[in-house]
Amino acid sequence: MAQSVQSEYQQRVLPPRVSTFWWLEKGSYLVFILRELSCVFVGWFVVYLLMLVRAVIQGDASYQAFMAWSATTPILLLNIVSFLFLVFHAVTFFDAAPQAMVVKLGPNKVPGSLILAGHYAGWAAASALVIWLVVGA
Amino acid sequence: MAVRQHSEPYLWLLFSAGGVLSAMLLPVMVLLFGIAIPLGWIPVPTYEHMLGVLGNPITRLVLFGLCFLSLFHWAHRFRHTLHDALGIKGGFMAALCYGAAAVGSVVAAYLLWQVG
Amino acid sequence: MPDRIKLQVARYRPEQESAATFDEYDIPCPKDWVVLDGLNHVKDRMDGTLAFRWSCRMGVCGSCGMMVNGEPKLTCGTFLSDYGPGPVKVEPLRNFPIIRDLIVDMGDFMRKLVAIKPWIVRKVEKPLSEGEYLQTPDELEDFKQYSMCINCMLCYAACPVYGLDPHFIGPAAIALAQRYNLDSRDEGSDERNKLLSEHEGIWGCTFVGECTKVCPKHVDPAGAIQRYKLTAAVETVKAFFMPRGGA
Repeated sequence: MAQSVQSEYQQRVLPPRVSTFWWLEKGSYLVFILRELSCVFVGWFVVYLLMLVRAVIQGDASYQAFMAWSATTPILLLNIVSFLFLVFHAVTFFDAAPQAMVVKLGPNKVPGSLILAGHYAGWAAASALVIWLVVGA
Repeated sequence: MAVRQHSEPYLWLLFSAGGVLSAMLLPVMVLLFGIAIPLGWIPVPTYEHMLGVLGNPITRLVLFGLCFLSLFHWAHRFRHTLHDALGIKGGFMAALCYGAAAVGSVVAAYLLWQVG
Repeated sequence: MPDRIKLQVARYRPEQESAATFDEYDIPCPKDWVVLDGLNHVKDRMDGTLAFRWSCRMGVCGSCGMMVNGEPKLTCGTFLSDYGPGPVKVEPLRNFPIIRDLIVDMGDFMRKLVAIKPWIVRKVEKPLSEGEYLQTPDELEDFKQYSMCINCMLCYAACPVYGLDPHFIGPAAIALAQRYNLDSRDEGSDERNKLLSEHEGIWGCTFVGECTKVCPKHVDPAGAIQRYKLTAAVETVKAFFMPRGGA
């Protein structure tokens, strides 16, 4: 008797249902998906970088042709969008660092704001180095 | 299943390292080579200068590390996004993503070796 | 501030219906009423068949979690007047099977909770004659935040990964595992790691972060999970290079 009552009850329990497009239902969910999709622009720029390297290998003419191609409207627009998404990626990735890393100096926990500041300092230093290598030197 | 269990930690480490490195280096590179130079805000670096910078073995090593880690960052995150956003799961998509990253890394190694 | 408000409450009567419906109730809205007060008013004065869980009505028991206008909330701590002029939609906690009206089947979470061994695990128990386990305030700080969990499951309702894959072990279970892993008295990390390092353990999480946003006790399960990913990954690498173990 107990067996049939239990299985009858289980048949009547409503199963949960999630729409494939659950991420359109809330702003923070959409922002999450956009953050994840920033990886596509990471991939694109690696490809672009390697195309630049290949152009340099092939000689001055190829290099100049590549730089001219990079100035065409579709590529320029793609790279502008990439820049925005890459900054978004950096900001959100660094933001996650204090939550993910607990650093202790002896008994004391390093405050999250300091971990965040360290990442931004590293970002600034790395950017300055790249600019100096490409423009200066 | 066992393969996936054992590989997740390594793939996550690659994803994390790639995330940090791409966050630190890629934005300034897009700004320079994708926007500022094409728009003429900065003069196009001379061919000799580019050859000098890219020819440096340390630069090439760092660039390879950047490409390799950034590609695996893309692969790991993209594969998870396919699952989260579109419900696409399974080993096949994962193999495609990581496979593409591996191929890209080989191409990067080949090109950066050649530029010296 | 309105002095009345409409509640749109999800109903599911398994003996009569095969799907959920909504019933609307027009209730008073004194400024100190929470959603739970509104539901109790409905049950006492308007419709005694309405079924829902609640207990302490002060945010420590974790019983009264429901979706209020699409957000997971403890109904004992959610003020009706914040939703004026209304209507206020009250639904059962998302991502869980519905038994009746606002009551969900918590079995999945309870099984996962037990599976992560939420107790002090010792390799060898200390005999009573040796006295209590001593712990400094700093050692307490290491895990205290994660001990605040009241098992209300709002984080499971907010987590899209759990919604897509009910096998995912989920935010609270991992945070509670961390509460014990980080406790200086505990020696059970290895045992818990076996369960947590499966694909549906910590590796299913993609750091959406919604769990931390909705947690009423500021446990930060997302942080606990990311920290554990780092720990588990480092342990895996160490085990690869030193199969017999370091220490």
